[in-house]
Amino acid sequence: MIQSLIIPILYLLSGVFFILGLKLLSHPKTAPRGNSLAGIGMFIAIIATLLNNQILSYELILSGIIIGGLIGVIAARRVEMTSMPQLVALFNGFGGGASLLVASAEFYRIQNNIQEFTFFAILLSIFIGGLTLTGSIVAFGKLQGIIRGSAIKFKGQNFINALLFLIIVIGGILAILGNFEFSSVVIVSICISLLLGYLGVIPIGGADMPVVISLLNSFSGLAAATTGFVLLNNSLIISGSLVGASGIILTNIMCKGMNRTIWNVLFTGLGTDDSSDKSKGKSGQNKIAKSYDPEDTVVIFENAKNIIVVPGYGMAVAQAQQIVSELEKVLESKGANVKYAIHPVAGRMPGHMNVLLAEANVSYDKLYDLDDINPEFEQADIAIVIGANDVVNPAARNDQSSPLYGMPILDVDKAQTVFILKRSMNPGFAGIENELFFNENSIMLFGDAKETISKLVSELKQS
Amino acid sequence: MSSDILFQLYIFILAIFVGFEVITKVPPTLHTPLMSGSNAISGITIVGAIIASGSKKITIESFFGDIDLTVILGFIAIIFATINVVGGFLVTNRMLRMFKK
Repeated sequence: MIQSLIIPILYLLSGVFFILGLKLLSHPKTAPRGNSLAGIGMFIAIIATLLNNQILSYELILSGIIIGGLIGVIAARRVEMTSMPQLVALFNGFGGGASLLVASAEFYRIQNNIQEFTFFAILLSIFIGGLTLTGSIVAFGKLQGIIRGSAIKFKGQNFINALLFLIIVIGGILAILGNFEFSSVVIVSICISLLLGYLGVIPIGGADMPVVISLLNSFSGLAAATTGFVLLNNSLIISGSLVGASGIILTNIMCKGMNRTIWNVLFTGLGTDDSSDKSKGKSGQNKIAKSYDPEDTVVIFENAKNIIVVPGYGMAVAQAQQIVSELEKVLESKGANVKYAIHPVAGRMPGHMNVLLAEANVSYDKLYDLDDINPEFEQADIAIVIGANDVVNPAARNDQSSPLYGMPILDVDKAQTVFILKRSMNPGFAGIENELFFNENSIMLFGDAKETISKLVSELKQS
Repeated sequence: MSSDILFQLYIFILAIFVGFEVITKVPPTLHTPLMSGSNAISGITIVGAIIASGSKKITIESFFGDIDLTVILGFIAIIFATINVVGGFLVTNRMLRMFKK
């Protein structure tokens, strides 16, 4: 009764909670409730599993849950909002790693009496799980600054990746035909998939991270779903495919934000040495950008009515979100109207800027999407670009030879005056020169964004 | 057996469609919480990990005595999946509490 009826019904119930949870998670008002519902769904699924009569000992299970739970609580409490992309990457990796481990564990349990289909599902689960594990660790390393953030490439990279993938496919087929031992194919597949995750993410530059993280998110779900096929467990299949779908949706949004296909992002990363050389040779050199001190800009701010703030990854690096919010309040007290323009791929993960500004108590109805804010730049007196570069590069509109050409950008250059907060004249992550800096109406404010805005805020408060 | 597999393929395909339909229009504000929340759901692998580490079938004789590979792999998988589940839901909750009008 318990085994054949109650457990399946509990699993079904948990699936319903996950679907409702995800639905509520996609609206701002109901999102907290959605997250709690999904959590309850998970609790139900765990209880149902503990009722399974295959389980003979509970000590290991309990200690595993306690260890993992403690690590999870500490990580979730301690993390700075600016480090959120790293944490999400790491969590994706743990999900993928768990799927790899479960598929391998099941293989060792049933290896003497294994069905072809189950073997196929095990290989697939190992492949996706392993890829997700090491891919996420590399993404984490890049975001944390442990691994060089720019694209690391070498000749024949795609060829080697394809070859490695083929080895798994051929090994799997030969094992099913009876020419190879199952266990050696499983071990080789584990090694190759771990290697492929590393090789796959290492050539992708920092600016493309939003795509990579949402793709890994999708993979962590698909890995769980394939593990469901291994264990013949519907709960894993349902939840895994829900997550797979939501990850694909986000990946799509990110790719549209850059006007590139997923294949283009994965296999021909921006920021190769020759592309930056080309654009450097063409422009720059004898052009000079205007540079002001923060004190000199006060008059312009005093007279501005409509101000649009454009945050980018540089704001996260400088931890400037609090002071940006303060600037907003000072400007509003002087009668200005302040809005934020958020590019879909600003930052290092989907919604990165929104999270940071929310932390600094910026109301979310002041944040505008690309399509909603672009018509407003023409009426704006000031656009302040804080640590954003490629997403405001006019070359994406005009210069067919630019690697950015065709990417939807924020039209900051149409504002009366454009202030650009930047550390130095170095080009952005993609290594592409930005014409915007040399425009008539552009003014550079060099230095740490947090310090620059602090100076500006105190000057504005005094005047 | 094969009808079992077919049935599971049905569920897989239908669940993917449900996923696409349920999460049609996500405002950018919620991109990160949706990602970390759905990521916590992908920790459902914990179900498989519990079954693996709780069962005892095969042992390998080793220097340290009898080691059950399935149980050990399952145990590590429980730790990984629990980090994913607990961390994912908590951090999502923390972010959502910050969003205000």
